[in-house]
Amino acid sequence: MRFDSPAGQNPIDQMKVVGRPHDRIDGPGKTTGTAPYAYERHDVVANQAYGHILGAGIAKGRIRSMDLRAARAASGVIAILTHENAGRLDKGRMNVARLLGGPEVEHYHQAIALVVAESFEQARAASQLIRVEYDRAAGQFDLHAARRAGVPPAQEDKRVGDFDRGFAEAAVRLDETYATPDESHAMMEPHATIAAWQGDRLTVWLSNQMIAWTAGDLAKTLRIPKENVRLISPFIGGGFGAKLFLRADTLLAVLGARLAGRPVKVALQRPLIANNTTHRAATIQRIRLGATRDGRLTAIGHESWSGNLEGGDPEDAVQQTTLLYAAAHRLTGTRLARLDLPEGNAMRAPGETPGLMALEIAMDEMAEKLGLDPVQFRILNDTQTDPGNAQRRFSQRQLVECLRVGAERFGWNRRQARPGQQRDGRWMVGMGMSVGFRNNLLMKSAARVRLDGRGVVTIESDMTDIGTGSYTIMAQTAAEMMGVGMDRVTVRLGDSSLPVSAGSGGQWGANNATAGVYAACVKLREAVARRAGLDPAEAVFADGMVRAGNTSRPLAELAGAEGLVGEDAIEYGDIAERVQQSTFAGHFVEVGVDMATAETRVRRMLAVCAAGRILNPKSARSQVIGAMTMGVGGALMEELAVDTRHGFFVNHDLAGYEVPVHADIPHQDVVFLDEVDPTSSPMKAKGVGELGLCGVGAAVANAIYNATGVRVRDYPITLDKLLARMPEVA
Amino acid sequence: MRPFTYERAASPAEAAAAAARNPEARFIAGGTNLLDLMKLRIEAPAHLIDVNHLGLDRIEETPEGGLRIGAMVRNTDLAAHAKVRRDYAVLTRALVAGASGQLRNKATTAGNLLQRTRCPYFYDTDMACNKRSPGAGCAAIGGFTRHHAVLGTSDACIATHPSDMAVALRVLDASVETVKADGTTRSIPMADFHRLPGDTPHVETALEQGELITAVTLPPPAGGVQLYRKVRDRASYAFALVSVAAIVQRDGSGRVALGGVAHKPWRLEAAEAELKRGAKPASDSLLAGARPTPHNEFKLRLAERAIASVLAEGRN
Ligand SMILES: Cc1cc2nc3c(=O)[nH]c(=O)nc-3n(C[C@H](O)[C@H](O)[C@H](O)COP(=O)(O)OP(=O)(O)OC[C@H]3O[C@@H](n4cnc5c(N)ncnc54)[C@H](O)[C@@H]3O)c2cc1C
Ligand code: SF4
Repeated sequence: MRFDSPAGQNPIDQMKVVGRPHDRIDGPGKTTGTAPYAYERHDVVANQAYGHILGAGIAKGRIRSMDLRAARAASGVIAILTHENAGRLDKGRMNVARLLGGPEVEHYHQAIALVVAESFEQARAASQLIRVEYDRAAGQFDLHAARRAGVPPAQEDKRVGDFDRGFAEAAVRLDETYATPDESHAMMEPHATIAAWQGDRLTVWLSNQMIAWTAGDLAKTLRIPKENVRLISPFIGGGFGAKLFLRADTLLAVLGARLAGRPVKVALQRPLIANNTTHRAATIQRIRLGATRDGRLTAIGHESWSGNLEGGDPEDAVQQTTLLYAAAHRLTGTRLARLDLPEGNAMRAPGETPGLMALEIAMDEMAEKLGLDPVQFRILNDTQTDPGNAQRRFSQRQLVECLRVGAERFGWNRRQARPGQQRDGRWMVGMGMSVGFRNNLLMKSAARVRLDGRGVVTIESDMTDIGTGSYTIMAQTAAEMMGVGMDRVTVRLGDSSLPVSAGSGGQWGANNATAGVYAACVKLREAVARRAGLDPAEAVFADGMVRAGNTSRPLAELAGAEGLVGEDAIEYGDIAERVQQSTFAGHFVEVGVDMATAETRVRRMLAVCAAGRILNPKSARSQVIGAMTMGVGGALMEELAVDTRHGFFVNHDLAGYEVPVHADIPHQDVVFLDEVDPTSSPMKAKGVGELGLCGVGAAVANAIYNATGVRVRDYPITLDKLLARMPEVA
Repeated sequence: MRPFTYERAASPAEAAAAAARNPEARFIAGGTNLLDLMKLRIEAPAHLIDVNHLGLDRIEETPEGGLRIGAMVRNTDLAAHAKVRRDYAVLTRALVAGASGQLRNKATTAGNLLQRTRCPYFYDTDMACNKRSPGAGCAAIGGFTRHHAVLGTSDACIATHPSDMAVALRVLDASVETVKADGTTRSIPMADFHRLPGDTPHVETALEQGELITAVTLPPPAGGVQLYRKVRDRASYAFALVSVAAIVQRDGSGRVALGGVAHKPWRLEAAEAELKRGAKPASDSLLAGARPTPHNEFKLRLAERAIASVLAEGRN
C-alpha cells in the first residue's frame, strides 16, 4: 500500500479496539517467566555449549601474542575462537569497529577471543587464563582536548538568514557552552545469542531490535547468502538502541558454533557492555541565542562537538534546533572529532536527547535574561511552519497546548520566579520545565495476516517488541480492521522468515508496524469479501462477521479449512518532505535539593504529549514514564566516566554506572492530548517512546536552578557541581 | 572463577586452624562479596571454609550491659533487633542505608566488615592495582577518582572501605572478637581493626592468617541522638560518597565518624573534643591533612556540610 496523501476515514477511526488501554498480550508470559528470552532457550536445539568473551585490555594497539595453552587445558574447554581461526570475515554495513578484534585492537574490550566450553563457568574460568601481550599505540580519548585542538565540521553547517549579523545585532544575547556525557543504554537483558549451524544454514536466537538489518549484516560479515541465515528474536529485555545492530555476542556465537561443531550460546558479560558495545556519545554544545527585548528570538546558533571512531557518525545534537523555535537567522552544525573510545551510536532519541538537554537550559537562561516566564517565552517563539522553509507546515503542532495544559495541571503558577526562595524543611524546592520534541519517522513496514477456520487472525512480521507493546498494538490494529475481539488475534514477531517490518528504533515502530498490519488487513478484507461475494468497498467487518447489504457471513466459515491470507507493506511517498511530522511535549519537574549536601531528589514529574493518535494509552504511558525515568538518570547520575589515559569507560558495571532506582522516582503523570495526524499513516499515529525522554534532563536542570540559584551546564548534575555555590548551612 | 574445594567447619577454632593450614583458603559467609570477586577472578581461593553453621548467628546481651553480635548474624536481623533499634539506632540506620533488602538478608556482620573496596580499577583485572597484586602499581591514581579516599591515603592506594555498618560500629566503640588457629581468642577495637593502605594496601585489617571473626561486641548504650546520614548520587542502592555516623548528646558533646573518605571508618577522638565549640572546628580537625584529587576534592566540603547538618539535626 502506497501512502502519499493524508489518510481519510478508515476502519481504525472506529476506535473500538485501537486507542483502548488494553493490557499487554505478552504480559502473562513475561510475568510468569514463560516468554522465552534468547539466553534461556535451552529447548530449541540440543547440545548447546557455552561461550565466554574475552575483551581487549587496551584501547588501541596490536596483540603481540596470545597464550592459550592454559585455557585450552582447562576443564570442559571445547574450542577457543580468535582472529587466527575465525576464517575470513567481512564487516557489517552498520558496524564501525570490527566485532572480533585482533591482531589490531580498535577499542577497549573489543572482543578478541571466545572460549567455548561445556558449562558457562568453565568457559569463564578458562577465558581468565588467556594471557595476552599487547603493543599499545597512542590514542585520542579526550573530547575536550580534541575540541581545543580544533575539529572540522562533520558536514556543512546549515544556515538560514545571516546568523552572525542577526546575533551581533540582537538586543539580548546568550552565548553559553553545555556538556553531556557518554551514556550507556544499560538495558536489563544483556546482548545474548544462541547459534546453531545445519550444514551451511544458520539459525540464530538472539535479542535484537532490527531483524532485517542484523540478518543482512550477519550474512555479509560471514560472506554467506542472506537466505542461509534465520534470526529469531521474539522477546527482548530492553534495547534503547543497543540492539539495533549485529553485535559481538551474535557474531562470536556463530563463529564459535562453527568452530566447536555444535550450537553455542553467548551472553555479553555485564562488565563488557559499556566498552564492547555502542553508547551515546558525549557532546559539547555551544548555543547562541539572540532576541528582541520583548522576547522574540531573532538568532539561534547551535553547534555540537562529539567524537567517534574512524567511520562513525556524529551525535546529531542540533537537529531539533532547525525546527523547534522561530527565528530569522539560524546556524546549526556538528563537529566530529576522531576518538579512540568505543563506538558512539544511537541511544534512545539520539540527537534530541543531548540536544534538548542543552538547548532547553539555554532557553531557560534566556527567559530569565528577558524577565519572561519560561513557559511564556517558549509560547512566544512557537512556529507552525518549518523555520527554514515557510511553505512547509507542521502536520500537527500542539506544542503551545502541551505547555498550557502542563502549566495548569502542574501548578506552574506556584513557582517562584526568583530562584532559591522555596523551602521544605531541609530541602530547597524548585520547579523547572522544558519542551520535548522528536521527529516522527516513516519507514516501510510489511506484515502478513492469516485468517483460519476458527476465525482466528494471526499476524506475522519480523517486527520486534523490546518491551514497548508492539505485540499488543499490532493485535489491536488487526482486531479493529477485521472486526474480531482481541482474544481472536495472535501475533508472531521477531523472525527473519516473516515479512520485513520497520523494526524497533527511533520511535518509528508503533506507527509504521501497525500501518503495515493495516495494509495487510486491507488485503485480507478484500480476500474475505471476495469469497463472500461482496464488494470490498461496501463490506463492514464487525463481531466476527462480514456484512454488506442483507448479506452477513462469519469470518471463520469464509476462511474455511485452507484459510485466507493478506500480505502487504505500507510504503511512503514524499509526504514527510511536504509536511513536517514531529511529536511534542511539555515536561514539568519539581525537585528538592538538600541544603547541606546538595543531593537532588525529584519530587514529581508531568509530561503532556501531543503525538498523533495514541494506539494504546496504557502501553504509551508505560513508554513515557520509562523515558521520563531515563531522563532523570541522564540529568542526575548517568555518566560513563572516561579514563583519558587508558582510553576506556571506567565504571563499566551497574554498580559504577548508576541509573535511577524506584526511590528516585516518586510520582509521574502523563497526559496525551487528543490528536490524529492523517499525514503519518492510515493509523494517524506517531511515536511516543522517545518523546518521553526528550527534554526531561533540562526540565530537571532548570528545576535545580530554580531551587538553588545554581546553574549547572555540565551533565549529570551531581552534587559536587552544586556544592561550591550552595548557600552556607546554618 | 578458579576451581575450589569446599568444607563446612565443625567449630570456630577448627575453622581457624583449617584456614591457617592453607594459605589459599577463605572463609565464606553470605558470599555476597566473595563470590562476586571470585567470578571476576579478583579473589581466587583454592579452598572455601563455610562458617555459616557454627552457631555464630545469635545476638546476646553481655554482662556489662552491651550486646554481643554473632559474626554470622545477617544484616537484616541485626538492623531489626529491638535492642539495636532502641539503644544503638545509628547501627540500624547505617545497615538499612546499605545495599538492598535481598543483599542484607544474606550479608553477615563479619562479611560486611571484611567486604573489599569498590574501586573500579580494583574490579578491572586489565588495570594495575596494588591491592590485587602487590607492587603492580595503582591505576586509579591519576584516573577517575571521584569515589576515592581523601584521608589516610598513600602513594600505593587511595581506595575507600565501602561499609556503612563499619562506620556505625566505629562510632559505637565496638570491638571485634576473633579466634586464631591455635584456639586463642582476642578482642580488637574497631579503631584498630581496619588499616590504612600505606605500602601494603592488600593488608586491610589486623586479622592474622586464618583468624576467624566470631562476634562483634557493643559496649553499654551511649545514649544521645544517634544518626546516620549517607550522601549519594541516587536515593537508594548506591555506595556512599560520604557518610556521617554521629551520636549527639544533650550537652553538645558527641562522637562523629565518616564513611566514604578513607580506607577505614574515619574518626578522631581529638576532633570530637572540639564539638562543643561547634561543628566547624570539629570537622576542620577531622578533615585535617586530607589529600584529595581534583575529582574528589568536593568530599571535604561535602563532609563538612553533612557533619554540620547532622549535628544540627541531633541537637533539635
Ligand atoms: C550490589 C551490592 C551493593 C552493595 N551496597 C552496599 C552498601 O551500600 N553499603 C554497604 O555497606 N555494603 C554494601 N554491599 C556490600 C555488602 O554489605 C557485603 O557484600 C556483605 O556485607 C558481605 O557479607 P557476606 O556475609 O556476604 O560476606 P562474604 O562475601 O561471605 O565474605 C566477605 C569476606 O569476609 C570474609 N569472612 C566472612 N566471614 C568471616 C569470618 N567470620 N571471619 C573472617 N573472615 C570472614 C570472607 O572470607 C570474605 O573475604 C553491597 C553489595 C552488593 C553486591
Ligand atoms: S586505589 Fe587501591 S584498590 Fe584502587 S587501583 Fe589503586 S591500589 Fe587498587
